[in-house]
Amino acid sequence: MAETLSSSPSRPSDAPAGPARWLGQVLLYGLFALAIGVFSHWPPYHHLGPGQALIKVSFSRVGKPVGDCRKLSDAELAKLPPNMRATEQCPRERSPVTIEVDVNGANVLSRTAPPSGLSKDGASALYQRLVVPAGEQRIAVRFSDDVRARATPYHREATVKLVPGQVLVIDFDAEKGGITLQ
Amino acid sequence: MSASATSLRQRGLKGWQAVEALFDAAFGSRLNPLRHLGAIGVLAFWLLAASGIVLYAVLDTSAAGAWASVEALAHVPLGLGLLLRGLHRYAADALMLAMLLHLLREWLHAHERGVRRFHWLTGVVLIGFVFVASIGGFWLNWDQLGQYSAIATAEWLDALPLLAAPLARNFLAGAVGDRLFSLFVFVHLGVPLLLLFGLWFHVQRLSRAEWLPPRPLALGVTLTLAALALAWPVLSQPPAALDRVPQSLQLDWLLLWLHPLTDAGSAALTWALVGGAALLLLTLPYWPQPAKPAVALVDAANCNGCRRCFADCPYAAVTMVPHPNQRIGRQLAQVDADLCVGCGICAGACPSSTPFRGAERLVTGIDMPQLGVDGLRRRLREDLAASKAERPLVVFGCDHGARRGAAANADDDDVSGCSLLCAGQLPPSFVEYALRDGAAGVLVAACREGGCEFRLGERWTAERLAGRREPHLRAQVPPERVELVYAGPGDEALLAAALQRLRRRVQALAPIPSDPERRLRHG
Repeated sequence: MAETLSSSPSRPSDAPAGPARWLGQVLLYGLFALAIGVFSHWPPYHHLGPGQALIKVSFSRVGKPVGDCRKLSDAELAKLPPNMRATEQCPRERSPVTIEVDVNGANVLSRTAPPSGLSKDGASALYQRLVVPAGEQRIAVRFSDDVRARATPYHREATVKLVPGQVLVIDFDAEKGGITLQ
Repeated sequence: MSASATSLRQRGLKGWQAVEALFDAAFGSRLNPLRHLGAIGVLAFWLLAASGIVLYAVLDTSAAGAWASVEALAHVPLGLGLLLRGLHRYAADALMLAMLLHLLREWLHAHERGVRRFHWLTGVVLIGFVFVASIGGFWLNWDQLGQYSAIATAEWLDALPLLAAPLARNFLAGAVGDRLFSLFVFVHLGVPLLLLFGLWFHVQRLSRAEWLPPRPLALGVTLTLAALALAWPVLSQPPAALDRVPQSLQLDWLLLWLHPLTDAGSAALTWALVGGAALLLLTLPYWPQPAKPAVALVDAANCNGCRRCFADCPYAAVTMVPHPNQRIGRQLAQVDADLCVGCGICAGACPSSTPFRGAERLVTGIDMPQLGVDGLRRRLREDLAASKAERPLVVFGCDHGARRGAAANADDDDVSGCSLLCAGQLPPSFVEYALRDGAAGVLVAACREGGCEFRLGERWTAERLAGRREPHLRAQVPPERVELVYAGPGDEALLAAALQRLRRRVQALAPIPSDPERRLRHG
């Protein structure tokens, strides 16, 4: 089919032609590249201030049962189906886990983590970041996973020397003797 | 929508159009990158996919070996490794930038509502995919930046009470396990696949979706990113060490801004911001809005099943079904009201829309109730009959383009005009009809190339007038009496100049019809 328009359509007349147009394109492509290049590198980000270190307090611990197990009486056992006659009954719910951290004598963290799960029979977990000055620190940790009256909380004190940017992890590992600092 | 939001949108749109005009000056409107943002985003995605496949081939997918394998790229001869890595990173930045600008542009044009709600909602979901895939990419390098991002992400997710044990416990001491590293790989490979699937959804209701920008623009963007990759290489930061906090990070602020924002505020704050933004974007289409325009109606008696409306509809709202007259092979256009934006491009495509048909009332195969071809013909006849000018001119404009009235001057007494729903609504035969009915010249004003409110209107108009698309303007129409101008909103001066050019041209010609016999006789 033949072209039926006498001339090419009118376009915005403010569009420059030749070198000016190329220059404009180079400029805009350059700006595009500059925006991407700059913001993918700059400004540098400092997660911690100079002279600071980080303590991460974290644990995942299944607390002790909230109460003692008790022996069922013969009458109670008799009421149960034969296949369910366990002589001892223990509470399912677990104790919440409490941790307290002192740095140089000042309490910086005091948290109680409830047991997870609908029946409160899962692990208690915590993850907490503490920013502290680098250098020598006296750290005291108290940890309790048993709400029963006679329970003895775990306790550990240590002096650590933290360099700037160092991460000290306070965790609980029963196999390693309880509270760990690493 | 509240008056303040509407006002903000209108002011923003004016500002956007000013910037678009600036880019038009450099690129021309057809290649203006601001009119191809979605396609540029898809181009960036394909660059990411291509470079990512090669990167995956050289990546050691273990936590212990990943850093060294990526670092080795910096020592590949000819800078090929740097090119590959830089292209991958900068394409991700370009994707993010293009996507956010695309979102802004569509909102400024009020495209979140009505039929386009589907595209808006699927697009908002894609933003989430892009963020997740981008952030996950930093972890695979497993340098200090990856370590920072992975831990910050885990801490951020831990703020939600979803898991019994905090994710961040995976990064406490020692080394990250290979199983966790496999999860990183899964995130960075799996989410882009979801993104690709989502992209397919995103353009499902568009016909002729633009999957890539025009070739010169695609080349320009690719070369720019490649040049940036070589000029400003992306290098690894020191390897991850979980017992240390990186002192200074070269953060990619376009992709990782969420982490420092969380550090500066709190995870709860950024969750509230992200959740609030998502909620806002997802509910915007449901805010009070103007009534939906009337949709196209098909007249079975006048539809010959030619499929032109089916081919030209920008939103795939027209499908072809068997014609109720039960003639074998005969088809009928059917309009899906949920997909029709009411642009009228289908009416412009219909061969039955020719005004030369003798019926008193012009009924075409597919037409717009709010501005039908019969009304258009009647108005054209009346205007030309009422014109006292020796050489009357007719302007067919677009409701969304330059407004002729805004640039009207004393010379415009000879002009009569019709503003259409879209320039694409104009059947080309109306141009010939106007000339046969006494007009000395016809100006068709479409929006700037690539700037059509309904995507394809200006393109179809130009192709029909140039005889490259059906229905075409017949070759016997004197070409010197027809002018096409691309004049978008704000281009009133351009429209006036085109009109003046046409006026001067036809003044040098004899008035038509010189032969009264040629003049149309009505009813």
